Amino acid sequence: MDTATNYSEKKLKIIGTSPVRPDGVPKVTGLAQYGADFSLPGMLWGKILRSPHAHARIRSIDTSKALALRGVKAVLTSADLPEQKFEYVGPERIAVNFWHMTRNIMAREKVLYEGHAVAAVAATTSAIAEEALRLIEVDYEVLPHVIDVDQAMQPDAPLLFEDMITRGIVPAPKQASNISKRVEFKIGDLEAGFAAADEIVEASFKTAAVHQGYIEPQACLARFDADGQGEVWSSSQGHFIVRTFTTRLLGMKTGDLRCHAAEIGGAFGGKTVVYVEPVAVALSRKSGHPVKIMMSREDVFKATGPTSGASMTIKIGVKRDGKIVAAEGLFKYQAGAFPGSPVMNGCMCGFAPYDIANVRTVGYDVVCNRPKSVAYRAPGSPISAFAVESTIDMAASKIGMDPLQFRLMNAAKPGTPTVYGPKLAHHGFSETIEALMQHPAYKAPLGKNQGRGSACGYWFNGGGESSATVHVNEDGSVVVATGSPDIGGSRASMALMAAETLGIDYDKVRPIIADTNSIGYTQGTGGSRVTYATGLAVINACNKVIAVLRARAALIWNIDVEDVIWEDGSARPAGKRAGEFEPLPLKAIAAKRSVTGGPISASESLNAGGQAPGFAVQFCDVEVDPETGHVKILRFVAAQDVGRAIHRAYVEGQIQGGVVQGIGWALNEEYIYDQAGHLSNAGFLDYRIPVASDVPMIDTILVEVPNPNHPFGVKGVAEANIVPPMAAIANAINNAIGRRMTELPMSPPKVLAALDAGN
Amino acid sequence: MSDMRYEAPKTVEAAVALLAGANGAARMLAGGTDLLIQMRGGRIQPELLVDLKGIPEMTSIVAENGSFRFGAAVGCMVLVEHEAFAKAWPGVTDAVKLIGSIQIKGRATVGGNVCNASPAADSVPALIAAGAIASIVGPKGRRDARVEDIATAPGKTSLAKGEIVVSFLLPRRPPHSGDAYLRFIPRTEMDIAVVGAGINLTLDDKGVCTQARVSLGAVAERALLVPEAAAALIGTKVDAAALKRLAAAASAACKPIDDKRGTKIYRIKVAGVLARRAAEIALDRARRKN
Amino acid sequence: MAKHHVTATLNGNDVEFLCETHQTLLDVLRDDLHLTGSKEGCGSGDCGACSVTLDGRLICACLMLGVEAQGKSIETIEGMAVGDKLHPLQRKFLEHAALQCGICTPGFLIASRSLLERNPDPTEEEVRFWLAGNLCRCTGYHKIVEAVLDAAREMRGA
Repeated sequence: MDTATNYSEKKLKIIGTSPVRPDGVPKVTGLAQYGADFSLPGMLWGKILRSPHAHARIRSIDTSKALALRGVKAVLTSADLPEQKFEYVGPERIAVNFWHMTRNIMAREKVLYEGHAVAAVAATTSAIAEEALRLIEVDYEVLPHVIDVDQAMQPDAPLLFEDMITRGIVPAPKQASNISKRVEFKIGDLEAGFAAADEIVEASFKTAAVHQGYIEPQACLARFDADGQGEVWSSSQGHFIVRTFTTRLLGMKTGDLRCHAAEIGGAFGGKTVVYVEPVAVALSRKSGHPVKIMMSREDVFKATGPTSGASMTIKIGVKRDGKIVAAEGLFKYQAGAFPGSPVMNGCMCGFAPYDIANVRTVGYDVVCNRPKSVAYRAPGSPISAFAVESTIDMAASKIGMDPLQFRLMNAAKPGTPTVYGPKLAHHGFSETIEALMQHPAYKAPLGKNQGRGSACGYWFNGGGESSATVHVNEDGSVVVATGSPDIGGSRASMALMAAETLGIDYDKVRPIIADTNSIGYTQGTGGSRVTYATGLAVINACNKVIAVLRARAALIWNIDVEDVIWEDGSARPAGKRAGEFEPLPLKAIAAKRSVTGGPISASESLNAGGQAPGFAVQFCDVEVDPETGHVKILRFVAAQDVGRAIHRAYVEGQIQGGVVQGIGWALNEEYIYDQAGHLSNAGFLDYRIPVASDVPMIDTILVEVPNPNHPFGVKGVAEANIVPPMAAIANAINNAIGRRMTELPMSPPKVLAALDAGN
Repeated sequence: MSDMRYEAPKTVEAAVALLAGANGAARMLAGGTDLLIQMRGGRIQPELLVDLKGIPEMTSIVAENGSFRFGAAVGCMVLVEHEAFAKAWPGVTDAVKLIGSIQIKGRATVGGNVCNASPAADSVPALIAAGAIASIVGPKGRRDARVEDIATAPGKTSLAKGEIVVSFLLPRRPPHSGDAYLRFIPRTEMDIAVVGAGINLTLDDKGVCTQARVSLGAVAERALLVPEAAAALIGTKVDAAALKRLAAAASAACKPIDDKRGTKIYRIKVAGVLARRAAEIALDRARRKN
Repeated sequence: MAKHHVTATLNGNDVEFLCETHQTLLDVLRDDLHLTGSKEGCGSGDCGACSVTLDGRLICACLMLGVEAQGKSIETIEGMAVGDKLHPLQRKFLEHAALQCGICTPGFLIASRSLLERNPDPTEEEVRFWLAGNLCRCTGYHKIVEAVLDAAREMRGA
């Protein structure tokens, strides 16, 4: 497949431009259908009853009064869901335990956080469903609770699971605790490394739980037919995930649930799991009617996974010439009510940007009475990066070196071992640092109370399983079907890659997201993998179509297929038959499909490897109001190695969006709990995400060091950009006012207190 | 909830009769931007909603000999778009502009902002500093009350059952008067005030402050009128020393709490800073006004 | 308690509906009139995803009762394009990639149109402060602001 394989040398026609996305018009006219926008005749409204307590044993649940209410058609508790086996399934880093999952969907023995689902109803109107919830009587035995990760690790802390023995410690501890797991990674000789250091810097940090903050609450419509088959429309990052989890939790056959990907109103990792789908399907099963469930904003904050808050200590040893000789990190992450914080990722990514011979990272996954943590954009890495990049800044300062120069000097390169094993295989990091340092504003003078700070970040990026099918229509237009929900404009990228590969106009490609019955298995949209892995599947499927088109042309011309090439959207005679026939464009071959062999389409399913990690390097300028501690972001410049930007504007958009999430994480976002373990700020009023007036324009620098493993050089871009901002801002604040902020968020009272403490 | 009545009277008297005669919980509906949230959260379950927006006296803005009377159900956006009012009372206008978002202001009213009695309501310190008078109609007839006497505690007012704040009067100002309102919030918009400071002052021909009123919001159970802070300015040219005394008096008057929006220490500090900054703006406006 | 019978104008058309007192305008639009373009992001007026205009005034539909719509004129996102002719703001949002997931987009379009009707030549700061009541979590606002300023330019004929 010579002409179709490697495009890095070829001049690209449309890759790298920014055409209007093919699914755009319905979104600007209000016609696009998100999870809450679907209806079916006879539909019921589902609502979920949630625990008012942070920690309690469930003595009994009496649903009789709710069932008796006119208009209520079904009531659900955990008794309606099968028990699951206790086992961790899948790779350690992303292992799933269905025993935990079914309990998160619907509590069994205990409620483990305020907002934990306890029961659900389906009724003919939303108001009746609400009233029915009030009629469900739950007898709770309230238990002491624990919220903070350090407190949860204390030997006398209230236990969420009386039999939880920490995994990863040999010999296993005899006492149960809230520590679900300990992990450790190391390379080299840490003691020798620190002994050789000229300067050692050590600091401790704390971060708060923050929510992905998607504007669309979870929502779905489900129906279950009397023959055991069902259908779900939901906003999810993976409708195959919805299928796998829902069928498992309900004891259904996998193939009996057809899942559709609705348009999705933001996710950032938070919709890679299920909350409402199993409940809606189960209620539909019980009632015999379709059921619609939409979470309220309050429920989203209380009962869907934020990411972990953490407690961390970093130690870095450095020589006076700038070489980092040893690094150590201790990371304690909140898992929430069930195990599974991204602490492993934090341990693996924290020092990954650097070439350090002696590194050790230790992580603890700790349960506590909060909602179960879920992936949030480069899960785990932004948290450890806040601590590491702040300490790196302190080390640079200690030896009097420019912070970006310091990072450049120690930058990981191809061949650099990571603490978790593999050697870095890709270029790009040094190039990105250099590109940032060349930004004209990097050397611009600063005014009073202003400061500049920089930081970098690493994310693995994902490959994984994707499927694609390409159909050629009679008029020469093309349908590209994949199984990857579009959370950021990926349909446009698929269309660009298909159009470039086939050599046809972008407007001739119609990308769709097919349901679980209509496309091959596809892992979820996340891990910055879609443009890479699903893109690969699309390109390969297009190449298969090209092979068919060449064969059809050969048939039409009655020549050998070896003498037919595909170029610029047409079959052309080549080799010894060159010039003998006029080129046949795709449209012409499509018109003759019936007489040349039938419909033209091809599929590809793959498990992509060879993806490159994401490197982001950023600097920002801030101004601190010394009388109020208010921090204003004056400028933010974000550089990232994107491999090759398929759709330039959407790549910029990913970086801008991730940076602004990082700004919110840095300055104002946090979960605030009261003494009773209740969330005090379960709404957008007091959970303060950035508004338009809070941020400036975000300058992006797209560094393109193509990934040789992808025909277009793609590297995942969506996540690495949220890793550096918190440390960049902390470093800028330090530069402005000479105070090192070690706790997130760096809200005005904290900054003012730091200022006053130093006076 | 499904038995909740809705009435839209056309006169104040009819509204008073509905509210006074209600058996269960009745609520006035003006903008609804506080009420609907409270109803949705289940905090209150009224049996009767009385929509005040159809009452002409409550939705008009009238200028008379330099004073302004605006209806308590005038929408915030309508008020801030009123050129003459904004010119006469820039501080009050600044404050009303800070209530919520443009969307919120598209419905919210000053009457609601005052009578919802949140200690952090943005219009209140500016109105108190301005010396605003509320005109109240109830079953026993009409009465006036100073705005600082309306809220008594968070969510509680001095209004009797059936009493409605119908309009606000802002008195005619002497020449060389200026007012300003500043609030501190963690973001740049959309937050509830952590501290609010409203200042209204008047200078004589020589630039000496002859009158002043200072009010602080979000630092006590209700907005405070702080005579000691005003006293720091009166008789002075509002110089740096006077402003320093003003700030100290403002901080000293605070009785704040620790909550998810700010700590005691922080509020006390920032109250002084904002009072000073608001005074500087009011001073500048007073100097430019004939 | 009988439902209220409401008659109003919706996107220039006569409309009538029945609603209970507690139902918000957003509930009515989405669930009874089947216009799901206005979104519920929070139900408390903090996110702006339900932005509509009422007698030309920008509001959150979640903070108004359906019964209050009696005799009023409401404009939703569904009425912004005229036939197949998109409003300049809609075109510019698409051209500038000012939407990623798109859930906030109807609210931003309605809010931006309201701004430009009052202030045809806003500064960047004025755009940002006017739109502070519309939350976006995907774009960081950068391309939204660019799209609004570019649409304003086109609409001024500049």
